Amino acid sequence: MENIFDFENKIDIAWCPGCGNYSIRKALLAALKELDLAKEKVVLISGIGQAAKMPHYINTSFFNGLHGRGLPPATAIKACNPELTVIAVGGDGDMYGEGGNHLLHATRRNPDITLFVHDNMVYGLTKGQAAPTSRPGMETPVQVFGVFEKPLNPIALAISLDVTFVARVFCGDVEQTKEVMKKAILHKGFALVDIFQPCVSFNKINTFKWFKDNATYLPDGYDPSDRAGAFKKSLEEEPFPLGIIYKSDHRTTFEENFEVYKRDKSPLYKREVDMKKVEAEIRAKI
Amino acid sequence: MIRTISDDLVIVLAGEAGQGIQSIESILAQLFKMSGYNFFSASEFMSRVRGGANSTEIRVSSKRVAGFLDRIDILIPLHKESIPHLKKRITPATIVLGEKDKINHEGMIDIPFTKIATEIGNAVFSNTVAAGFICGLLKIDEKICENYILEYFSKKNEEIRSNNLEAIKRGYTAGKGLSGIDIKIEKYDDAKTDLLLSGSDAISLGALAGGCDYVCGYPMSPSTSVLEKMASYSKKFGIIVEQVEDEIGVVNMALGAWYAGARALVTTSGGGFALMCEGISLCGMIESPLVLHLAQRPGPATGLPTRTEQGDLDMVLHAGHGDFPRIILAPGTLAEGFALTQKAFNLSAKHQIPVFILTDQFFVDSKYNTPVFAAMGLKVEKHIVKTEKDYKRFSLTENGISPRGIPGYGSGNVCADSDEHDEGGHITEDLDLRTRMVDKRLKKFAAIRPDIIPPKLVGNDHYKTLVVCWGSTFNTVTEAVETLGEKDIAVLHFSWIFPLPENTGEYLKKAANIIVVENNSSAPFARLIKLATGYAIEHKVLKYNGLPFSVEEVKKEIQKFI
Repeated sequence: MENIFDFENKIDIAWCPGCGNYSIRKALLAALKELDLAKEKVVLISGIGQAAKMPHYINTSFFNGLHGRGLPPATAIKACNPELTVIAVGGDGDMYGEGGNHLLHATRRNPDITLFVHDNMVYGLTKGQAAPTSRPGMETPVQVFGVFEKPLNPIALAISLDVTFVARVFCGDVEQTKEVMKKAILHKGFALVDIFQPCVSFNKINTFKWFKDNATYLPDGYDPSDRAGAFKKSLEEEPFPLGIIYKSDHRTTFEENFEVYKRDKSPLYKREVDMKKVEAEIRAKI
Repeated sequence: MIRTISDDLVIVLAGEAGQGIQSIESILAQLFKMSGYNFFSASEFMSRVRGGANSTEIRVSSKRVAGFLDRIDILIPLHKESIPHLKKRITPATIVLGEKDKINHEGMIDIPFTKIATEIGNAVFSNTVAAGFICGLLKIDEKICENYILEYFSKKNEEIRSNNLEAIKRGYTAGKGLSGIDIKIEKYDDAKTDLLLSGSDAISLGALAGGCDYVCGYPMSPSTSVLEKMASYSKKFGIIVEQVEDEIGVVNMALGAWYAGARALVTTSGGGFALMCEGISLCGMIESPLVLHLAQRPGPATGLPTRTEQGDLDMVLHAGHGDFPRIILAPGTLAEGFALTQKAFNLSAKHQIPVFILTDQFFVDSKYNTPVFAAMGLKVEKHIVKTEKDYKRFSLTENGISPRGIPGYGSGNVCADSDEHDEGGHITEDLDLRTRMVDKRLKKFAAIRPDIIPPKLVGNDHYKTLVVCWGSTFNTVTEAVETLGEKDIAVLHFSWIFPLPENTGEYLKKAANIIVVENNSSAPFARLIKLATGYAIEHKVLKYNGLPFSVEEVKKEIQKFI
């Protein structure tokens, strides 16, 4: 069946054959279709990296900006036009490394946007250096003695900052990835989905099999609304828990707090400045 | 002996941070204006919240003047450090009015501001006593003073209001009764109906009139006042104002806002701007509009945080890797600060390029009366199109400007990419297309040309000596040149800096002698002129100690080259 978010003609995709990004694209295309979103109301935002090329392979508007800088424009785009569905996409280096500070502050603002992070525990575009999520001991052309830094735990970080939708999926399970993506997009507020993904070219340790062996679905009856329990869960490693680890609806969004939308819900581009009011403001200086 | 001061009076208030110099200044500003005097003030202060040695110059004149003077007619030191701090400017002609208990200065007239205030009930009223004293000295209408002080403190409780009323009265009586000083300043009725505002007010009002609806920044002196003023307008004018985590976030957020159809303003200073350079380059690549106000302060690095310099021109000229067009504006007056900021939004939206407004601490913190700005003169031009299904954001056009769509308005995809891209905004490594895309972006230089505002010539059209300046130095340099009394001299002031106006060379060609005045150490504007016109200006008047030029020093330095 036709998907308006896919292209009519075959497109040239720059990812390596066998890359986990293909599965993530498949899940994202299916999620967008099943949510029945109006194509012209969806905007994808990304920085730089293999994952950040995703917007080019989805038939929507996009803002493919600078490395690490996806979240500030994504936040502003949603703020200036709340009618848009805003989805930011990036890799572990893009979002957790170069863009770390923006991630921290996006969690504080809580814009109603979704962030998908392709987490393959390695730098792909620059050919095989360590990522903030690389496991200790991984040797690379730069980390010649092996990674000795503590890996960043994005799930624990996000829960500690009270991000109200925090999930982790493995792209090998396209169905779960799609379902969690849909819930993340529908969630009101900032939603983070960390997506485990093998890099077939540069990560010979964290392979498809490794992820399969080292990740496990959340148990039946797991309560994602219990923040303390979710935080405890987020600390589990090898196996890493998969699913919606924390979810809450107690926070207001960035846009909801603006005076600008209190009486008038229309996006900024539809508004006109009242020059008479401006003149009155000028004359107030007399 | 009676000391007479005619037509032009310079009062300097000096003290520690936190002593209330600014409140005296703002009370006097309104009272002088209401009384029909021309008013100018400029402040210099240390980068500290309490203590130190700061000063504010207040100029009251019968003529419309807004140059900074070294001369001090009346000095009111509120702290003992004020005298050594201003020693280079204190002459035997300076009348020092201070408190014997605090200040030791030969010839000082003892005015017991604190004693009077304490009699009223509290030493805190000494600022109002001092303001009243100056009003009495100038014999401005006592009733105006009393009414205004009640208005000034209208949000305070009854006791504070009545004590300040008493303070202004007691100060007034003391000032009026002081013998030996005769101040004669002609009134100038237009001042009453003028605006009275600061440089940051002018920039902020210009942004409002330019249709600004999104402001982001990170607090940094001396640019913060624009961020705060825009925040104060946010509710009334429907503006989103956000303090971002860092300047990298600031510029990227502003680009996102423009992408979504807003008209965003960024306000920053040199160090913050340095962090934005990659974002400026992104602006060039995705052909986004962006209006950026940069209030300069001396560098390198943290430099002198609260002081002034015109030192960032080269950085703004070259900011961002790669080659792409930009516009740089630098207002010389408050009227230009308003009009150029208003215009900057339309220029940026029309040409889809960054427009920089360069001011500095002296410009944003100076205040004077000026005729009312007309916002209606310019309409907000959005330059946004409704997209069709096959819309291409970077379509190759005759003049390099592609119709700008925004997401959600029309049925097309609006694709922006920091990589080199094709017309649709997708990554390309088609190297022939790359050349065409660079050419497309650079073509805009030609499209900008008709919009360029030529420099302003002040003085004799048939000049032999031409004094070239730019940005905030306009008032000081023109006043210095006027008071020189030379016949064959003119000032050429640039508020449109880049692309340099095409007729610049013609102005220079006519001069036998060219002098450039820049508030920096290496005359980057003269370098830009050399690059664009071939004229090397050898006579340079430069200043880079963190203070603005004074009329006297510009006059003295120019004289050396005539």
